[in-house]
This record gives sequence, C-alpha cells and structure tokens, in this order.
Amino acid sequence: MDVVLLSRIQFAVSIGFHYIFPPLAIGLGVVLVWLEAGYLRTRDPIYETAARFWTKVFALNFAIGVATGIVMEFQFGTNWATYSRFVGDVFGSALAAEGIFAFFLESGFLAILVFGWDRVGPKMHFFATLMVSLGSIFSSVWIVVANSWQQTPAGHHVVPVLRNGVPLLKDGVPVLRAEIVDFWALVFNPSTVHRLVHVWIGAFLVGAFFVMSIAAWYLLKGRHREFARRSFDGGLALATVSALAMLVSGHRQADNVYRHQPAKLAAFEGHYRTGKATLNMFGVPDDATQTVKYGVGVPGGLGLLLHGDASAQVVGLDRFRPEDRPPVGISFQSYHVMVGLGFSFIGLTLFASFLRWRGTLYDTRWLLWLFVPAVLLPIVSNELGWVAAEVGRQPWIVHPKVTWTADGSDLVVGPAGHVVYDEREGLRTLDAASPNVTASQVLGSLIGFGLIYLALGAVWVFILDKKIKHGPDEEGPSAEGTGEGALEAAGLRAVHEGRLTGGDGTRG
Amino acid sequence: MSYEALCVTWFVLEGVLLTGYALLDGFDLGVGILHPFVPRTDLERRISMNSIGPLWDGNEVWLVTFGGALFAAFPEAYASVFSGFYTAFMLLLIALISRAVSMEFRSKMESAAWRRFWDWAFFGGSFTASLLFGVAVGNAMIGVALDDAGNFTGGVLNQLGPYPLLVGVMTVSLFAMHGGLFLYLKTDGEFQQRLREWMWRSWGLFMVTFMLTTIATVAFIPRATENFRRFPWAVVVVVGTVLAVANIPRCLYRDRPGLAFLSSGGVIAGLVALFGLALYPNLVTAAGDPLRSVTIFNAASSPKTLGIMLIIAAVGMPFVLTYSGVIYWTFRGKVKLGEHSY
Repeated sequence: MDVVLLSRIQFAVSIGFHYIFPPLAIGLGVVLVWLEAGYLRTRDPIYETAARFWTKVFALNFAIGVATGIVMEFQFGTNWATYSRFVGDVFGSALAAEGIFAFFLESGFLAILVFGWDRVGPKMHFFATLMVSLGSIFSSVWIVVANSWQQTPAGHHVVPVLRNGVPLLKDGVPVLRAEIVDFWALVFNPSTVHRLVHVWIGAFLVGAFFVMSIAAWYLLKGRHREFARRSFDGGLALATVSALAMLVSGHRQADNVYRHQPAKLAAFEGHYRTGKATLNMFGVPDDATQTVKYGVGVPGGLGLLLHGDASAQVVGLDRFRPEDRPPVGISFQSYHVMVGLGFSFIGLTLFASFLRWRGTLYDTRWLLWLFVPAVLLPIVSNELGWVAAEVGRQPWIVHPKVTWTADGSDLVVGPAGHVVYDEREGLRTLDAASPNVTASQVLGSLIGFGLIYLALGAVWVFILDKKIKHGPDEEGPSAEGTGEGALEAAGLRAVHEGRLTGGDGTRG
Repeated sequence: MSYEALCVTWFVLEGVLLTGYALLDGFDLGVGILHPFVPRTDLERRISMNSIGPLWDGNEVWLVTFGGALFAAFPEAYASVFSGFYTAFMLLLIALISRAVSMEFRSKMESAAWRRFWDWAFFGGSFTASLLFGVAVGNAMIGVALDDAGNFTGGVLNQLGPYPLLVGVMTVSLFAMHGGLFLYLKTDGEFQQRLREWMWRSWGLFMVTFMLTTIATVAFIPRATENFRRFPWAVVVVVGTVLAVANIPRCLYRDRPGLAFLSSGGVIAGLVALFGLALYPNLVTAAGDPLRSVTIFNAASSPKTLGIMLIIAAVGMPFVLTYSGVIYWTFRGKVKLGEHSY
C-alpha cells in the first residue's frame, strides 16, 4: 500500500478515536459549570453530589482525550511534512495559540477540578471548573479556525520558499508556502463561525445525551432517583435546545459549503448534473451512471433550500474534472446519516419534553430504555460530520477558491466546461505527505495505534461502566428519598452540618 | 524588531518552553522511572502516582506548546524533525499514552494483576519517553543526514548511535534523580528514607554519564564548542551547571532536600541552555554539509507570523505562569489520598 493512503487511514483512525472525547469534555464541562453554579446559589448538597460524580466521569474522559490528542499534533509533522511546510506559517500560529490560551488553562485547572475538592473552597472550585470548561471551548475555537482555513482559506498569500536567500526548487519548480497577511481575516475566514457553532452544538448534544443515558439507567433501576431526575431534566433541556438549534446551524452550514466548496455539497447530495436539484433522503450514488440509485427525495428540494426556488439551478459534479471531485459515496452516506440522526434528535427530545411537561416521562419506561443507548447516536453523528467535512474536501488538503459568475447562479469555468482551480493556491492531499517516510513505517505505527486504541476503548468502557454502576456517593436521607420531602431533608441536613462545622462557612 | 531578531527571540522562547517541559515533566517522568523500585506496598505505589497526579497533565502541555510553537515559528524544522524521526516519535507517543492512562486506570480495580500491569506501563512509558528525549538531543548534537530540502535521508538505526544512547541514559538518570528529589519532598516516613539511597544511585549514574557525555562532546563534536568563542559569557552557564550538580550531594548531606530539588532543576535548565548554545543557529544540523542545515533563519515563518505569535505569547504567558503558580501552591505539601485520588 502507498504511504499517502496509509497516512490517511492512520489520521482517520487517530482523529476518529480522539474525537469521541473532546465533545464529551465540552458538553460535560457545561453540565459541571451549571451544577456547581446551582450549588453556590442554593447550597443544596445534591448539586455537589452530582458535580462530584460527573467530575469523576469527566476526569476519565479527559485523560484519554489528552493522551490521544498529543498524537494529533505530532502527526502533522510525522506523516504530512509537505503539508506542514506549506501551512506552518498559517496553521501553526492557531495551534500555538491553542496551546497557550486553551491547553494550559484546561489542563492546569483540571488539577483543582478533580483533585482540589478538599483543598479549596466551593467558590474557587467553581472558578476552576469554569476555567476548564472555557479552556475546552477555547481549544475548539483554535482547532476549528485552523481546519476552516484549510476549507476556505483567507487572510494569506502564497509565496515561494527561500532557502538561504534563494528560491527553493523541487524538480525545477519553486516550492511554495502560505503566509499570513491578515490575522483576523484568517481567524474569521468564511467558514469559521458557521463551523464553530456547528461543532459546539454537536458537543452539547453529546454531553446532554451522555448525562441522559446514565440518568435514564438509574431511573430504570430505581437508584439515585432525585439525582437522576435532576440530571435528566438538565440534559433534556440542553439536548432539546441544541437539537433545534442544530437545524438552523446545519442549514446555514450547507449554504456556506455550497458557496465556497460547491463540489463538496454536490457530493453530499449526490448531485451529478448541474440544473434542477433533488433533495435526496436516501440513496446510493453511482458514479458510473451519474445518478443516485434507489433515491427517495423531493424534486427541486435542494434548489429550494439553497436559493428559495425549487426550479433554481444548482451546480453539480459535472462542473469539476473527475480528478477534482471528492469520493461521492462516502461523502453522501456520512452526510445523510448525520442529517438523519440530527432529525431523530429533534423528534426524540421534543417527544420526551412533551411527556416531561405532561408529567409522565419518568413512568414511560420504554422511552427511558431508548435513552440509555441513545448516547451513541450523537457520538456517531459528530464523527460522521467530520468524515463528511474532511472527505468532502478531497482531493484537496488545502482547498483553493472557486469563482462564481456575476449573478451567482453558476461557477466560472474553463473552455472544457470545468472549474479550473489555481493549483498554486491549494495543496492536494496526494502531494502533502512526508517524502521520506516509508509505507512499512506507517503500517507499523498504524497497527500499533490500532491495537492500543482498541485496548484503550475497551478499558474506558469497562471503567465507565464500573463508575456508573457505583453511582454518586450519596449520604443521609436524600439518597433514596423521593420528591419534596427529601429535598427539605437535604436542606435541613445542610443547615445542620453548617452549624456543626461552625467556622468553615465554605462547605455544607 | 528585525526579522533576524525575531528568529533569535523565537529560538530563545523555544528554549524556554523546552526548559519548562524538562523541569516540570522531568520530575513526573522520574517518579515513573523509580516507580517499580522504590515504593513497595500498594499504598506507597498510589502515593507515588498521586504525587504527580494533579500536575503531570499541565506539565505535558509545555511539550505540546513547544511542538505547536515549533510548527508555527520554524515549520521547516518541525517538518524535518518529525518526519525524519518518524519511528522515534511514534514510540514517544505510545510511551506518553501509556504513562497517562496507567495513572488513570491503575487504582480503578482491586485486582493485583491489573495494578501490576499498569504499574509497569507507568514505568515503561516514563522510561521510554525519557530515553527517547535524550536520544533526540544526542542526534541533534551530532547532526543527521539531510537532503537539499531538509529531509532526513538515513535509516532508523542511524539514529541509535553510541553518543545518542549515552545522552539517553544520562537523561534517564537525570530525570530519575529529579523525580526522586521531588518524591522525597512529597512523602514521609520509611518510604521517604528508602528514597535516599535511590537519590544517591541516580546522582552517581548521572555524574558518570554526564562526564562521559562532556568528554565525548568536547572530543568528537567540534561544532558544539564553537559558539563559546562567539559568546564568551556562555562559560557562566557551564560553571553554573557544574556548581548545581555539585550542590546536590551537599544539600543531601545537610538534609536540605528542597534546595537539592532546586539544584537538580538548575542542572536541567543549564543542560537545555548548553544544548541551545551548541546548536545555535541550527535547528537541525546536517552531518557533512553545513549548507544543508536547517537554521533558525532559513526555517522560520514570516516576520508577520513571528510577530503575531510574540503578541500571543506576551499576552498568554503571564496568565499561564500566574495560574500555574496558584495550582502548584494549592497542591503543596505531602501527598494526601482522598476520594478523587488515583
């Protein structure tokens, strides 16, 4: 096998495994902030119990996220040296900003969040939790900025590389690299904001479904009822809002992809021929016949979404040379399953919210059973979203610009009717790998990572399961109590303890 | 600031980040290296891991930021080093993953076999990472085969010569000593007493490898000492490092472990500074053909990027140092195990 393909697989495996954890950290971080704020406001110990429990889960996830995250940073250099040379000036500064503004913040304060319960007061602890949560959100900012620049580059120019004052040549052609011209234009490149919002909502969905999954299991087992109800309520609220917001975000994303990477959107939709465009719900795109087989869709639906007009023309894959098109099958399926899952979140959360409003949610056991494994769905849709985004960008690792005609209805094309990309402005993935790394080296590391990640994944699930079965450490009457009485008892206990411990004042 | 001054500034800042990493994660790795030998009971092994429990993660960020800053400031060097040392970096990643997850997983199960497995993963990860860091420094000192574009042309086995291995062993003993001193400050009783002999052993091994490395460097790597002619003040670093090495046994005799720990930190900082002085202005020295070397001037990003990053560093680093200080202060004193400990 060739080095580029192996490096692609290794990147996909390592980012795919890693990306289970960052959304959990972002989503659970928000939950922790909310719980600790609740504790500071009400001094109701159930908040503290809950925060302590979720902290343990959070710490486990975070550790694996950190351990697998460092692989990502190194891999740009080890496997994609040519890419690193091309983008270092642009991409590197976002990465360095991530280190200084985000990683130090989250990793430093994580110490207090996890190990500092008995060393600092609740206010300081809340502050540490807030900083960890902010840190994880900041880190998503910089990495999405860097990735968005690869999708829709801006704020830079491409210049020849000088080596000791002379242009560096490779096979007689000058070697090029991208350099920053305008930092803020680079940070706010055309897709950053859309994609960042999309990533955040995706992370909130993962966090919320994760909490609901564990809470639903406790409710079904009749354990930690008060804790589980409050957790589920919080999770459901966050999930419902996020699922609805995702509809808006997803739509705006697709619009933006069409504007800047029309080949990608055409691949998402299996839209081969420029013209009126069907919005397919299912199907199997077939490159040979340039059609979507077994397709079920709304004729003109895509034009309606993009232009507000069902008969409007939508640019298709035929505007691009075959070697400039992304792989249609993977792009189409990953995108469609992601969108389908997105709609299922809306249905599921709205229905559960309706039952919650009616007061029957916690007696509807089949729905609670559904929520236990449902946490896998947002994890899968987050992963597939990235598959669609990255595979859809192919064959480019840095996507060059496209130009639209004055009225915006079609692309400017060359004499053969195809878009002529400026090869200087972009970089093809095929040209981006390290020139001196061999296939056997990459195969070796790929097998190594594969085995280690399988083992890590298994141990993670195993320990998580153990922690969940152990449950939150509750003491006193609030443990298995029900309803208002228990709350009152818990409140009384808190007051009582406060009096007993006297001067402490910070706790209890 | 001129472009040259920016390049030199970033070379120095990379040195600062590397020093921060070696100082801080150095003791984490050292605790891992001593882990199978010093603690005897399960409780002691937990104390050993928990001494660095809250700190290792933040300490590792110094390495991540060092890598990120190298990518941003000197992309040519980042690409050259990381692809050239592919296998070594993959081993390093696996070592760092083992180190991280072994702490997280070890005490989650009661089983003795489970705990033994993760104890060894903790040691293996820490030992391998320290050795690889040393081997990398050794290779950087002697230089590697590069083509015109700065790509490494040798094989994996070329990177395991006697000199790099010597520096690797020196690094392992240095971190073991540093970690031992750290652990001495975080423990008490019999466990602490047992550490004393290991501090002497690691100091002895470090002394021997340090002297051998110094002799080998002066004898076989003429480039390494050239800069002392350009920068005569650099002799101060040599003297300071030697004094710091000598101060460690002095402090141990006088029962001043805190000062001994600071001195071993001084040794680490001194050695990183000497490494930087030997290298300057190269980042990757081409063996045989100096014109092919990747230097801080031909590998740097544009002045604009270096300037922006300088602003980012100037804004961010004071915060990082402040809250890192607060966090270290929070976890001062002897290790106490609690509900959330490993």
